[in-house]
Amino acid sequence: MSTTVPPPPKKVNRLGLEVLNYKGSKTTLCAGCGHNAISERIVESFYELGVEPHKVAKFSGIGCSSKSPAYFLGLSHGFNAVHGRMPAIATGAVLANHHMLGLGVTGDGDTASIGLGQFMHLVRRNLPMIYVIENNGVYGLTKGQFSATADLGSKLKTGAPNDLPPFDCCALALKWGATFVARSFSGDKKQLQAILKTAIAHNGLSVIDVISPCVTFNDHEGSTKSYSYMKEHEEVLHELDFVPFFEDISVEIPEGEAMDVRMHDGSHLRIRKLERDFDPTNRLASLAALEEAEAKGEVLTGVLYVNTEKPTFVELLNMVDDPIATLPEARVRPAKAVLDEVMEELR
Amino acid sequence: MSTIEVSPSEPVSGQSGHSVVNDFSIQVATVNGSGSQTANTVLMRAIFQMGIPVSGKNMFPSNIAGLPTWFTIRASRHGYIGRRKEIDFLVAMNPETAREDVMKLDSGAVVVYDEPLKLSELRSDLHFYPVPFDKLVGPVCPEAKLRKLVRNMIYDGVVAQLLDIDMQEVRKALVKQFGKKKAKAADLNWGAAQAGFDYSAKTFTKADPFRVERMNATAGKIIIDGNSACALGAMFAGVTVVTWYPITPSSSLVETLIGYMRRFRHEPDTQKATYAIVQAEDELASIGMAIGAGWAGARSMTATAGPGISLMSEFIGLGYYAEVPVVVFDVERVGPSTGLPTRTQQGDLLTTAILSHGDTKHPMFFPCSPEECFTMAVDAFNFAEQFQTPVFVMTDLDLGMNNWMADPFPYPEKPIDRGKVLTAEDLQKLGGFARYKDVDGDGVGYRTLPGTNHPNASYFTRGSGHNEKAQYTEREDDYINNMDRLAHKFEVMRKHVPAPLVHHAPGARIGFVACGTSDYAVRESCDQLRNEYDVHASYLRLKAYPFTEELLDFVRGHDRVYVVDQNRDGQLLGLMRLEFPPDLIAKLRSLRYYGGLPLDARTVTDEVIRQEGK
Repeated sequence: MSTTVPPPPKKVNRLGLEVLNYKGSKTTLCAGCGHNAISERIVESFYELGVEPHKVAKFSGIGCSSKSPAYFLGLSHGFNAVHGRMPAIATGAVLANHHMLGLGVTGDGDTASIGLGQFMHLVRRNLPMIYVIENNGVYGLTKGQFSATADLGSKLKTGAPNDLPPFDCCALALKWGATFVARSFSGDKKQLQAILKTAIAHNGLSVIDVISPCVTFNDHEGSTKSYSYMKEHEEVLHELDFVPFFEDISVEIPEGEAMDVRMHDGSHLRIRKLERDFDPTNRLASLAALEEAEAKGEVLTGVLYVNTEKPTFVELLNMVDDPIATLPEARVRPAKAVLDEVMEELR
Repeated sequence: MSTIEVSPSEPVSGQSGHSVVNDFSIQVATVNGSGSQTANTVLMRAIFQMGIPVSGKNMFPSNIAGLPTWFTIRASRHGYIGRRKEIDFLVAMNPETAREDVMKLDSGAVVVYDEPLKLSELRSDLHFYPVPFDKLVGPVCPEAKLRKLVRNMIYDGVVAQLLDIDMQEVRKALVKQFGKKKAKAADLNWGAAQAGFDYSAKTFTKADPFRVERMNATAGKIIIDGNSACALGAMFAGVTVVTWYPITPSSSLVETLIGYMRRFRHEPDTQKATYAIVQAEDELASIGMAIGAGWAGARSMTATAGPGISLMSEFIGLGYYAEVPVVVFDVERVGPSTGLPTRTQQGDLLTTAILSHGDTKHPMFFPCSPEECFTMAVDAFNFAEQFQTPVFVMTDLDLGMNNWMADPFPYPEKPIDRGKVLTAEDLQKLGGFARYKDVDGDGVGYRTLPGTNHPNASYFTRGSGHNEKAQYTEREDDYINNMDRLAHKFEVMRKHVPAPLVHHAPGARIGFVACGTSDYAVRESCDQLRNEYDVHASYLRLKAYPFTEELLDFVRGHDRVYVVDQNRDGQLLGLMRLEFPPDLIAKLRSLRYYGGLPLDARTVTDEVIRQEGK
């Protein structure tokens, strides 16, 4: 008789997949980079919700953040686009196959500087996909120049101050049509995970702006995107709990203690109030809250807006249920009679 | 534009001794926004319906209303449908340009004009037919605000009467133009045309020699513009994702496509679309969306013009290196910004061949007619997927926006070829794959589409820094291997692009090489050179880039080869120079036109004679 102890059963998700199946190649970003923490949250969220990896398509632009899709979901197809133009690639791919869950990861330079136009039009279209902005206020790959999300007065490593006001990507997304808008901090594991999971469950564009400090070029005294600055200025809006559709939601919460948002796939986002009353289905109130926080020098984190009603771009296009990319010839090439009819009209 | 000296030559005799039948050009000068397009189309169609080969060219401004526009109809019993430089028959409706238009005419030409313009005072060597349009339009069009539009139909009647165009054909063309739904509008216009005809019949004594006679040279043919032909080609190619940004002269390509797709590409049971069409925010986005869609497995396309091509440059480079199929229709035109966006040019040949930074080379197809717009569009989609690369279909404003007489299009015989795509079942058998490995020796790797349900299906798509397995690398040997494979793939394409059309004139020492719409002028010029100068020229019409062996053979076989370019810098010749050995380069002569109008045969002939020293 063998005396060896059998190895403990491997931990798997509802699909029977291990967390390993959701990982990617080894990161090449700096140790301590906020982006690595975000990659880890992505791995956990997709693993825990049991998303089929082959049904996810990853997209990114150019920059440190845009390298990260190689570091998670290795079993998913990925496309590293050109700088600032990931939204276009993602739009084409999602329309070609609307069964895919699009996951875009971008940075503040990629989105708010070179890519602002494409970002705004993605928002306007409410393309169903997840759009994560890894926001550190600085260009890392080109060694430390300001981006368009750098706060007024924030200082570079050299001490040079930023003298232009920032774009607030959440405010832009809120104003122009995204249907799930959230801000988080790469260091807040629980909040970021709940937000990512909600985004996976959401049918529409999810814009998630994650403050993700750059340890090499923007984590110093005088920076407004550093770990220490976030510790002092983060203002958490509420406590978030995500209950996936496949889990029991029978636990009742007493009236008034939490707000429950039912997502497209039957999952629930439970929002527990902290100090203030905040209704993330009220777009105007959200915009006002962002304005107030900016004036006070606070960074609001949490779910800023959720709208589960608005039609997505895919729905507006009224496409057939099967992905159009792989329809057979009989469904995409009209019959000879059609050509004959058109030729007759032109005679 | 140069001003022309008034040189009163001998007055025209009242009675012409000969007639010119089915061989002349009519130019209608109007103001844009005045609705003359309908009248011009009807006139062209009426001649076409009489069996006479005809072409129509619209020279219009980049403007919505109020600027001069000219429409030229050429009838040619010889079947020449290129632009004719000389105008034989002017309809002068625009006070702004009337004088200059009249002064440019050759002696003996005809002028139908709006009476108050008093053009007959300008020259004594032309035939003038003054028509009081405002007086005639009142009785046939009681509604004052429609008169501006209906007025133009009066000249159709006058021209029909003067040229012997059958009024029943005018009527038929009108009905065709307005369709069944707008029968009232057709009737109104018919009344105006009749008023013009009657006025002309009772007022004028025909003094000019021009007239039409029925022929049987257009039976079975259609009239269509190149953009519509490309659109039909795309639909029958099975296009599924179309992205675009409005730009003259390519907008109508996609707009026409939208119309056809709405009619024929919704499934009857659900009324749902088997396609997606997106008007993007700019050309940076439209090409990005098309590439994203091509990557995900769609048959994707975009349509644009030169400025859009410039904007697409970076993404096209990524498409080349990531090896993503996509079809780009480039309807070439003149210039950036406020250039001459409504004039034609072959201005993008060189830039498109090597579009983007780094080493890039792209296949281009050169249709010269609506039939080829259709067949090459179908071929381009297969070619793009077969070779996993962006393919350009290069047309121009002349082909794209003008109406052409054409043969009906053949239904595509070949089944749709989706290229090397591995399914989950394939992967199950193979165990795995390397995205950029040259398994078959043709330089083309196998790809998988997102959504393929197999643990080995995924790969990461990026720019030039990848190895055979699509893994990131900056290694010298990986980079060189990849570049060499891409170069090899381009060499393999040479054997698969549409072959050129070669016409060898017996004993010819000189030859022409041209592409696209230069064809009409070159073919007519070959006849002019032979008939007028006894100069015999062979002709090779390119249908695609990369060039094929036939082109080299053609140049070897002639002493001098005139490379025809509708651009200033001889871009087609430049492309040949990039690849040709020195002894063949020495044989090339450049023949260029870049005035923004469609190339005409006389320009070609004169330039060859000048360079040949005859």
